[in-house]
Amino acid sequence: MARVKVPRKSTHIDMTAMCDVAFLLLTFFILTAKPRPQDPVPVDIPASSVEVAIPDENVLLLTVGQGKVFYTVDGADVRKQTLIQMGEKYNVKFTPEEQNKFMGTNIFGVPMNQLQSFLHLEGDQKKNYKQPGIPHDSTANNELADWIRESRKVNASLHNKPLYICIKGDNREEYPTIKTLISVLQKQKANKFSLITTLRSAPKSK
Amino acid sequence: MAELDTSSGGGKKGGKVRSKKASTRVDLTAMVDLAFLLITFFILTTTLAKPKAMDVAMPDKEEKQTDQLPIAASRSMTLLLGANNKLEWFIGEPGTSQPETTTYGKNGIRKTLIEKGKEVQQSTGKYMIVLIKPSDKSNYKNLVDALDEMKIAAVQSYAIGDITPAELGLLKRDGNY
Repeated sequence: MARVKVPRKSTHIDMTAMCDVAFLLLTFFILTAKPRPQDPVPVDIPASSVEVAIPDENVLLLTVGQGKVFYTVDGADVRKQTLIQMGEKYNVKFTPEEQNKFMGTNIFGVPMNQLQSFLHLEGDQKKNYKQPGIPHDSTANNELADWIRESRKVNASLHNKPLYICIKGDNREEYPTIKTLISVLQKQKANKFSLITTLRSAPKSK
Repeated sequence: MAELDTSSGGGKKGGKVRSKKASTRVDLTAMVDLAFLLITFFILTTTLAKPKAMDVAMPDKEEKQTDQLPIAASRSMTLLLGANNKLEWFIGEPGTSQPETTTYGKNGIRKTLIEKGKEVQQSTGKYMIVLIKPSDKSNYKNLVDALDEMKIAAVQSYAIGDITPAELGLLKRDGNY
């Protein structure tokens, strides 16, 4: 009996298309990925059932942890102009080099008199530097209020949009710190702000 | 397809020196492996869950004295946030009704808010007003939890206020401060 001869087929699969797709996806993910700024203090965000995401732009973020307040504002141009205006206010001259360094600083929490030396720190030194937080006493020394006010002004003039103020607080942060922060905001009539939370993962079974 | 036609077109004649036929087909398997590995890495490291923003509106400080409307004590409920994740609530003014200690979450304050909200709605025909008064011993999580309960229980009107010494006394008496 003559057997039907099955023609031998190559087991080689053409990978070209698959490779194309894979690299396309890879490129997409790399380009859309946004590096997450490292918080100088560990911040454990409380959970809630709110489902409104924070906007991508025009955000002023106040990070609160261990009684210290750190400041972040979106946009390098806003940061630079804010620094210049703050320098005028506190009689500190910032060199263009320092201004550029400040533009690349996402989050900071140092008083004005330490800001210049903080900006000159490099890489790891900056990371390990214990930042004391921005002074936010209710009395004379309220640099935080000035930072917020100046960046609100700058953002309004550069982007023509109001700043969206967010507070990112640690779970165990004691209320008095939050209270002073809220009163700082209230004093400059920033009565609307947001508290940053994460989505509650499972229904609470307390 | 990726491979090229490498066969030299001519016939067998000619006697020219021919280079060896080499396939131009490249094995892409390893490359695809690598690409997918990187994709997996990037998917896992990008933050999928964006942080959420809970909007808070505070009353204007200056207008406090001029524009304040008196509200009936029977419609207002006060939450006192104390230490150790405990809170107390009472209706009306401090001292007139006995405050109750409860916890956050489903079986604690949420139940009370919904029940009392309904009661107030029935007896007065208007919605309930809730005042959240965090004490100095409460933490940020308590405040967020309390605000979250307002949203879950659909409380129409609520505010964050400063605690008074009388209310602080209540917390102290019940050991929640």
